[in-house]
Amino acid sequence: MTPAQVLALDPLLIDVDWGVVGIVVLKVVVAFTLLLVSVLFMVWFERKAVSDLQNRIGPNRAGPFGLFQTIADGLKFFMKEDSIPDRADRRVFVLAPYLAAVPAFLVFAVVPIGGDFSDGNRGVIRIFGHDTLMQVADPPVGILFVLAMSGIAVYGIMLAGWSSGSKYPLLGSVRASAQMVSYEAALGLSVAAVVLFSETLSTNGIVAAQVPWGWNLWATGLVPFVIFLIAATAELNRPPFDLVEAEQELVGGFNTEYASFRFALFFLAEFMNVVTMSAIIVTLFLGGPAGPVLVGPGWMWGTIWFTVKLLGFLFLFVWFRATLPRFRYDQLMVLGWKVLIPLALGWFLLLAGLKVADGADWNPIAVVAVAAVGLLAGYGLLASALWAARRNRELEGEVSI
Amino acid sequence: MLLSQFLLLSAILFSIGVYGVIVRRNGVAVLMAIELILNSVNINLVAFGAMHGNLSGQVFALFIIAVAAAEVGVGLAIILSIYRNRRSVALDELDLMKG
Amino acid sequence: MTLLAAANGISLPGTDDPINVSQTVGFALLAALMIWAAIRVVTTRNVVHAAVWLVVVLAGAAAQFILLAAEFVGVTQVMVYIGAVIVLILFGVMLTQAKLGNDPNLSRRNWYGGAVVAVVLFGLLAFATIDTFEDAKLPEDRRMALPAAEVGDGEVPRTESNTGAVSDAVFGAYLLPLEVLGVLLTAALVGAIAVARKD
Repeated sequence: MTPAQVLALDPLLIDVDWGVVGIVVLKVVVAFTLLLVSVLFMVWFERKAVSDLQNRIGPNRAGPFGLFQTIADGLKFFMKEDSIPDRADRRVFVLAPYLAAVPAFLVFAVVPIGGDFSDGNRGVIRIFGHDTLMQVADPPVGILFVLAMSGIAVYGIMLAGWSSGSKYPLLGSVRASAQMVSYEAALGLSVAAVVLFSETLSTNGIVAAQVPWGWNLWATGLVPFVIFLIAATAELNRPPFDLVEAEQELVGGFNTEYASFRFALFFLAEFMNVVTMSAIIVTLFLGGPAGPVLVGPGWMWGTIWFTVKLLGFLFLFVWFRATLPRFRYDQLMVLGWKVLIPLALGWFLLLAGLKVADGADWNPIAVVAVAAVGLLAGYGLLASALWAARRNRELEGEVSI
Repeated sequence: MLLSQFLLLSAILFSIGVYGVIVRRNGVAVLMAIELILNSVNINLVAFGAMHGNLSGQVFALFIIAVAAAEVGVGLAIILSIYRNRRSVALDELDLMKG
Repeated sequence: MTLLAAANGISLPGTDDPINVSQTVGFALLAALMIWAAIRVVTTRNVVHAAVWLVVVLAGAAAQFILLAAEFVGVTQVMVYIGAVIVLILFGVMLTQAKLGNDPNLSRRNWYGGAVVAVVLFGLLAFATIDTFEDAKLPEDRRMALPAAEVGDGEVPRTESNTGAVSDAVFGAYLLPLEVLGVLLTAALVGAIAVARKD
């Protein structure tokens, strides 16, 4: 009997390939630091870009161009007194910030942040003598994992508002949870259109299916992209959908009672979600790290293209914030339930019909015509139902919307 | 791994769920105990599916998850309308039909 | 893979069969967490705390599904159960009685009867389980076999991952139940709105 058989407790240390362990550790550390650095950058970028768009100067004291402003603010957060309100539910109050921050970190694990996708390579790189992908994990359910994590992120906000024991945070969190659950449906339906074309759920597979220029942006006909962008903005509680923390109405929303390190966690999670959601959009619709290799090693160009596309979306979110006025709550729900979800569903049916027609050699024009008639009929039914409901409300003397 | 370890876990969760259904007075809390029971059934189905290399277990688990979503939706709607009428969701106060 | 291969060769003292130690240890930790959380679900005196403990149980179950190589069921569990159902329950709790602190009226005074029923039930289930499946082992390769039509001679071909196999089954053999399920969900949606409406 070998010692291993006698112990039989810890097989993890027997016959370990340290190369594999090294790769995993390296990938986790790199992804973690990259995300933290990009969040620091994003906070600075948002403040600076909004200032420029509003004709202000913005942070310019700490470091060149005010680049270290975020670090200074972060240090200040840690110095502050950590207070828990008297009426708070202490355990849930302490737990909530982590429920917000941890899913934000986890989503980044399935995002391909580089790799060579040209010439039929599937983003495989070689380090420590092993082939691997430039993402922490590539589970066969990758994109569903992203949706699942955005489902968990609701808890942080919801429990934070409830456990504060104060009414403004509670109102903010009830708003937030209703909004996030509503828009998750539209988000999922537009992801379904992408999955229909990529024929896989793994993020690596989705990127590989778009090489070189078959981006889902136009392969799915632009509509799912627009729906995903709108729904993602709502999921992130970013302007113009930031009713969750509408300062004028709710003081500060769900995080009013939070201070110090716990507030910093919420703040971090919010900006981390912006970065990861942009990365997800790039992966789903813009081919992720795929792009032409100009000069030098291929894996480097994957990261370069990914960063360029990511920056474009980060700017887009900042641009939204500086330009668009906030929605009213009923308008938000009307947009989500009566516009985005039916549109996403109809478009998905149309794409599925075209896909079937492609396989069965039907006439694509006839398919589009039949689908258009069917969808128009569906839209007519929906519109007449909405009209009847509004008329009933008016007859009952309620305020018309 | 043994099959029975999953079945035992599921039996424990099932019993705890039954205890919850019996003991809880609050409608929402009873719904949560029912979720425990449904989940223990799911664990059983998936474990048997893995045992026999058969997909039916997983597919049935998916169906149960969907049915549970429908069940909670209707259940909460009922609880909300009870609350609106009686300002309470305590189940043993719902004895109006007894006259 | 090397880790699993290493673990497979080891036999525990007292048994002849190879057993996967790391998976069993993982199972035990998850199971202990799930049982503790489930007990808290039915004993805690605050509805919101009960919901949070229920999330722990459900997340543990999702992890068990992944351990059983049913990753699609696991991620659906997180998406539908944790992401929608419990959020809905919490939403209902906050609309009706979002009390902070303990609510003494959450459980009945006399819990003994329930405890007796639960213990007897568990005894019966445990006896039946151990009596029937005494030493049945789960296969180490838990990828599903391909449908019989595609199986040729030689060894049984396995699917790449169970996700694809589940999708083939749902949209193949189980298409009719899936459609019925769609009708059920629509009916439940309409029914829930009809019941919860103000008038």
